[in-house]
Amino acid sequence: MASTRSRPLSPHLSIWRWGPNMAASILHRASGVALTIGGLAVLTWWLWAIASGPDAYATFTAAVQHPLGLVVLVGLTWSFFQHLLTGIRHLIMDTGAIFELQINKTSAVLTFIGAIVLTVLLWAYFLGVAK
Amino acid sequence: MSLGDSSTPIGKVRGLGSAHHGGEHWLTERVTSIALLLLGVWLIASLLMLPKLDQRTLIEWLHAPSGAIPMALFVVVGFRHGLDGMKVVIDDYVDNDGARFAWNAAMLFLAVAGGAIALFALGRIAFGAVA
Repeated sequence: MASTRSRPLSPHLSIWRWGPNMAASILHRASGVALTIGGLAVLTWWLWAIASGPDAYATFTAAVQHPLGLVVLVGLTWSFFQHLLTGIRHLIMDTGAIFELQINKTSAVLTFIGAIVLTVLLWAYFLGVAK
Repeated sequence: MSLGDSSTPIGKVRGLGSAHHGGEHWLTERVTSIALLLLGVWLIASLLMLPKLDQRTLIEWLHAPSGAIPMALFVVVGFRHGLDGMKVVIDDYVDNDGARFAWNAAMLFLAVAGGAIALFALGRIAFGAVA
Protein backbone atom coordinates (compact mmCIF):
# COMPACT_ATOMS: atom_id res chain seq x y z
CA MET A 1 0.00 0.00 0.00
CA ALA A 2 3.08 2.17 0.19
CA SER A 3 2.78 5.01 -2.24
CA THR A 4 5.81 5.90 -4.33
CA ARG A 5 4.08 9.00 -5.63
CA SER A 6 6.10 12.04 -4.63
CA ARG A 7 4.09 14.21 -2.30
CA PRO A 8 4.61 17.94 -1.80
CA LEU A 9 6.58 18.83 1.29
CA SER A 10 5.31 21.40 3.72
CA PRO A 11 6.26 24.21 3.76
CA HIS A 12 6.50 24.30 0.00
CA LEU A 13 7.54 27.73 -1.24
CA SER A 14 5.92 27.41 -4.66
CA ILE A 15 2.57 26.35 -3.25
CA TRP A 16 2.15 29.10 -0.65
CA ARG A 17 -0.28 31.79 -1.67
CA TRP A 18 0.91 35.32 -0.98
CA GLY A 19 -1.11 37.06 1.67
CA PRO A 20 -0.56 39.96 4.08
CA ASN A 21 0.22 37.69 7.04
CA MET A 22 2.91 35.63 5.35
CA ALA A 23 4.31 38.74 3.71
CA ALA A 24 4.61 40.33 7.16
CA SER A 25 6.39 37.25 8.42
CA ILE A 26 8.98 37.10 5.65
CA LEU A 27 9.42 40.89 5.61
CA HIS A 28 10.16 40.74 9.35
CA ARG A 29 12.93 38.25 8.63
CA ALA A 30 14.30 40.06 5.60
CA SER A 31 14.31 43.43 7.35
CA GLY A 32 15.94 41.84 10.40
CA VAL A 33 18.76 40.43 8.28
CA ALA A 34 19.15 43.78 6.48
CA LEU A 35 19.34 45.62 9.81
CA THR A 36 21.82 43.17 11.29
CA ILE A 37 24.18 43.17 8.31
CA GLY A 38 23.61 46.64 6.82
CA GLY A 39 22.25 48.60 9.77
CA LEU A 40 24.86 47.57 12.31
CA ALA A 41 27.62 48.09 9.73
CA VAL A 42 26.42 51.64 9.04
CA LEU A 43 26.00 52.32 12.78
CA THR A 44 29.55 51.12 13.47
CA TRP A 45 31.00 53.08 10.54
CA TRP A 46 29.08 56.18 11.66
CA LEU A 47 30.40 55.99 15.24
CA TRP A 48 33.92 55.28 13.97
CA ALA A 49 33.73 58.25 11.60
CA ILE A 50 32.48 60.60 14.33
CA ALA A 51 35.35 59.46 16.58
CA SER A 52 38.03 59.70 13.88
CA GLY A 53 37.98 63.35 12.97
CA PRO A 54 36.72 65.66 10.20
CA ASP A 55 38.22 63.76 7.25
CA ALA A 56 36.69 60.44 8.24
CA TYR A 57 33.36 62.09 8.93
CA ALA A 58 33.47 63.87 5.55
CA THR A 59 34.04 60.50 3.86
CA PHE A 60 31.03 59.08 5.69
CA THR A 61 28.71 61.99 4.85
CA ALA A 62 29.85 61.93 1.22
CA ALA A 63 28.99 58.23 1.03
CA VAL A 64 25.54 58.57 2.59
CA GLN A 65 24.71 61.65 0.52
CA HIS A 66 25.56 59.81 -2.69
CA PRO A 67 22.29 58.70 -4.37
CA LEU A 68 23.22 55.06 -3.81
CA GLY A 69 24.06 55.73 -0.16
CA LEU A 70 20.76 57.54 0.26
CA VAL A 71 18.90 54.55 -1.18
CA VAL A 72 20.66 52.29 1.34
CA LEU A 73 19.87 54.63 4.25
CA VAL A 74 16.22 55.01 3.26
CA GLY A 75 16.02 51.24 2.80
CA LEU A 76 17.49 50.69 6.26
CA THR A 77 15.08 53.22 7.78
CA TRP A 78 12.18 51.43 6.14
CA SER A 79 13.56 48.09 7.38
CA PHE A 80 13.86 49.57 10.86
CA PHE A 81 10.23 50.70 11.00
CA GLN A 82 8.93 47.54 9.29
CA HIS A 83 10.86 45.33 11.73
CA LEU A 84 9.78 47.48 14.68
CA LEU A 85 6.09 47.31 13.75
CA THR A 86 6.01 43.62 12.81
CA GLY A 87 8.07 43.05 15.97
CA ILE A 88 5.36 44.69 18.10
CA ARG A 89 2.78 42.60 16.22
CA HIS A 90 4.75 39.44 16.97
CA LEU A 91 5.04 40.36 20.64
CA ILE A 92 1.25 40.71 20.75
CA MET A 93 0.90 37.36 18.95
CA ASP A 94 3.24 35.79 21.53
CA THR A 95 0.49 36.40 24.08
CA GLY A 96 -1.88 34.33 21.94
CA ALA A 97 -3.82 37.31 20.65
CA ILE A 98 -4.73 38.45 17.11
CA PHE A 99 -4.61 35.02 15.48
CA GLU A 100 -8.15 35.45 14.16
CA LEU A 101 -7.94 35.66 10.37
CA GLN A 102 -9.32 39.15 9.87
CA ILE A 103 -7.43 40.99 12.62
CA ASN A 104 -4.30 39.04 11.71
CA LYS A 105 -4.51 40.26 8.11
CA THR A 106 -5.51 43.78 9.06
CA SER A 107 -2.67 44.15 11.55
CA ALA A 108 -0.20 42.89 8.93
CA VAL A 109 -1.41 45.47 6.42
CA LEU A 110 -1.20 48.16 9.12
CA THR A 111 2.50 47.39 9.67
CA PHE A 112 3.15 47.87 5.92
CA ILE A 113 1.32 51.20 5.84
CA GLY A 114 2.86 52.34 9.13
CA ALA A 115 6.42 51.53 8.07
CA ILE A 116 6.08 53.47 4.80
CA VAL A 117 4.40 56.44 6.48
CA LEU A 118 7.05 56.65 9.24
CA THR A 119 9.89 56.32 6.71
CA VAL A 120 8.47 59.09 4.51
CA LEU A 121 7.84 61.36 7.52
CA LEU A 122 11.33 60.87 8.93
CA TRP A 123 13.08 61.53 5.63
CA ALA A 124 10.87 64.48 4.81
CA TYR A 125 12.02 65.94 8.12
CA PHE A 126 15.71 65.05 7.66
CA LEU A 127 15.91 66.34 4.09
CA GLY A 128 13.95 69.43 5.05
CA VAL A 129 16.18 70.29 8.00
CA ALA A 130 19.62 69.05 6.99
CA LYS A 131 19.58 70.71 3.59
CA MET B 1 6.30 5.37 33.10
CA SER B 2 7.63 2.05 34.30
CA LEU B 3 7.97 1.10 37.95
CA GLY B 4 11.15 2.50 39.46
CA ASP B 5 11.45 5.24 36.89
CA SER B 6 11.61 8.38 38.96
CA SER B 7 12.03 10.86 36.12
CA THR B 8 9.33 13.46 35.73
CA PRO B 9 7.27 13.91 32.57
CA ILE B 10 9.05 17.19 31.82
CA GLY B 11 12.42 15.46 32.29
CA LYS B 12 11.46 12.88 29.69
CA VAL B 13 10.68 15.41 26.97
CA ARG B 14 13.28 18.07 27.74
CA GLY B 15 15.79 18.42 24.91
CA LEU B 16 13.80 16.23 22.51
CA GLY B 17 12.53 19.04 20.28
CA SER B 18 14.11 19.49 16.88
CA ALA B 19 16.29 22.30 18.22
CA HIS B 20 16.97 20.38 21.51
CA HIS B 21 16.95 23.60 23.49
CA GLY B 22 16.17 27.19 22.79
CA GLY B 23 13.60 28.40 25.29
CA GLU B 24 16.09 30.84 26.74
CA HIS B 25 17.20 31.99 23.30
CA TRP B 26 13.58 32.60 22.35
CA LEU B 27 12.92 34.61 25.49
CA THR B 28 16.18 36.59 25.17
CA GLU B 29 15.13 37.60 21.67
CA ARG B 30 11.84 38.96 23.03
CA VAL B 31 13.40 40.78 25.97
CA THR B 32 16.09 42.39 23.80
CA SER B 33 13.39 43.36 21.30
CA ILE B 34 11.52 45.29 24.01
CA ALA B 35 14.77 47.00 25.01
CA LEU B 36 15.47 47.89 21.37
CA LEU B 37 11.95 49.24 20.98
CA LEU B 38 12.72 51.76 23.75
CA LEU B 39 16.30 52.43 22.59
CA GLY B 40 15.23 52.71 18.94
CA VAL B 41 12.61 55.31 19.80
CA TRP B 42 15.27 57.11 21.85
CA LEU B 43 17.70 57.08 18.90
CA ILE B 44 15.16 58.41 16.37
CA ALA B 45 13.89 61.04 18.84
CA SER B 46 17.46 62.12 19.63
CA LEU B 47 18.37 62.50 15.96
CA LEU B 48 15.20 64.50 15.39
CA MET B 49 15.89 66.79 18.34
CA LEU B 50 19.52 67.54 17.51
CA PRO B 51 19.75 71.01 15.95
CA LYS B 52 22.16 69.79 13.26
CA LEU B 53 23.71 66.50 12.26
CA ASP B 54 27.26 67.78 11.81
CA GLN B 55 30.21 66.16 13.53
CA ARG B 56 30.55 68.76 16.30
CA THR B 57 26.91 68.42 17.36
CA LEU B 58 27.14 64.61 17.29
CA ILE B 59 30.31 64.62 19.41
CA GLU B 60 28.67 66.89 22.00
CA TRP B 61 25.64 64.60 22.02
CA LEU B 62 27.65 61.38 22.49
CA HIS B 63 30.14 63.00 24.86
CA ALA B 64 27.41 63.60 27.43
CA PRO B 65 26.35 60.61 29.57
CA SER B 66 22.74 61.17 28.45
CA GLY B 67 23.84 60.34 24.91
CA ALA B 68 26.74 57.95 25.48
CA ILE B 69 25.02 55.53 27.88
CA PRO B 70 21.87 54.84 25.81
CA MET B 71 24.05 54.58 22.69
CA ALA B 72 26.30 52.01 24.43
CA LEU B 73 23.18 50.06 25.39
CA PHE B 74 21.85 50.35 21.83
CA VAL B 75 25.12 48.94 20.44
CA VAL B 76 25.32 46.03 22.90
CA VAL B 77 21.64 45.06 22.77
CA GLY B 78 21.49 45.70 19.01
CA PHE B 79 24.38 43.37 18.23
CA ARG B 80 23.02 40.74 20.63
CA HIS B 81 19.52 40.88 19.13
CA GLY B 82 20.94 40.82 15.59
CA LEU B 83 23.05 37.78 16.45
CA ASP B 84 20.09 35.98 18.02
CA GLY B 85 17.98 36.75 14.97
CA MET B 86 20.63 35.57 12.52
CA LYS B 87 20.88 32.30 14.45
CA VAL B 88 17.17 31.66 13.92
CA VAL B 89 17.50 32.34 10.20
CA ILE B 90 20.64 30.18 9.87
CA ASP B 91 19.16 27.32 11.92
CA ASP B 92 16.08 27.42 9.68
CA TYR B 93 17.79 27.49 6.30
CA VAL B 94 21.18 25.78 6.66
CA ASP B 95 20.56 22.04 6.69
CA ASN B 96 24.08 20.68 6.96
CA ASP B 97 25.33 20.43 10.56
CA GLY B 98 28.88 21.51 9.76
CA ALA B 99 27.85 24.42 7.57
CA ARG B 100 25.32 25.54 10.18
CA PHE B 101 27.99 25.50 12.87
CA ALA B 102 30.36 27.46 10.62
CA TRP B 103 27.72 30.07 9.79
CA ASN B 104 26.73 30.50 13.42
CA ALA B 105 30.37 30.74 14.53
CA ALA B 106 31.10 33.30 11.79
CA MET B 107 28.09 35.37 12.90
CA LEU B 108 29.21 35.20 16.53
CA PHE B 109 32.71 36.43 15.64
CA LEU B 110 31.29 39.18 13.39
CA ALA B 111 28.86 40.35 16.05
CA VAL B 112 31.43 40.41 18.86
CA ALA B 113 34.04 42.11 16.67
CA GLY B 114 31.52 44.62 15.30
CA GLY B 115 30.21 45.39 18.78
CA ALA B 116 33.74 45.88 20.07
CA ILE B 117 34.60 48.26 17.21
CA ALA B 118 31.41 50.28 17.74
CA LEU B 119 31.93 50.46 21.52
CA PHE B 120 35.58 51.46 21.09
CA ALA B 121 34.56 54.26 18.74
CA LEU B 122 31.87 55.38 21.16
CA GLY B 123 34.39 55.29 24.01
CA ARG B 124 36.73 57.57 22.06
CA ILE B 125 33.88 60.04 21.59
CA ALA B 126 32.57 59.80 25.14
CA PHE B 127 35.93 59.99 26.92
CA GLY B 128 37.74 62.15 24.40
CA ALA B 129 37.93 65.92 24.32
CA VAL B 130 35.13 67.84 22.66
CA ALA B 131 36.81 69.28 19.58
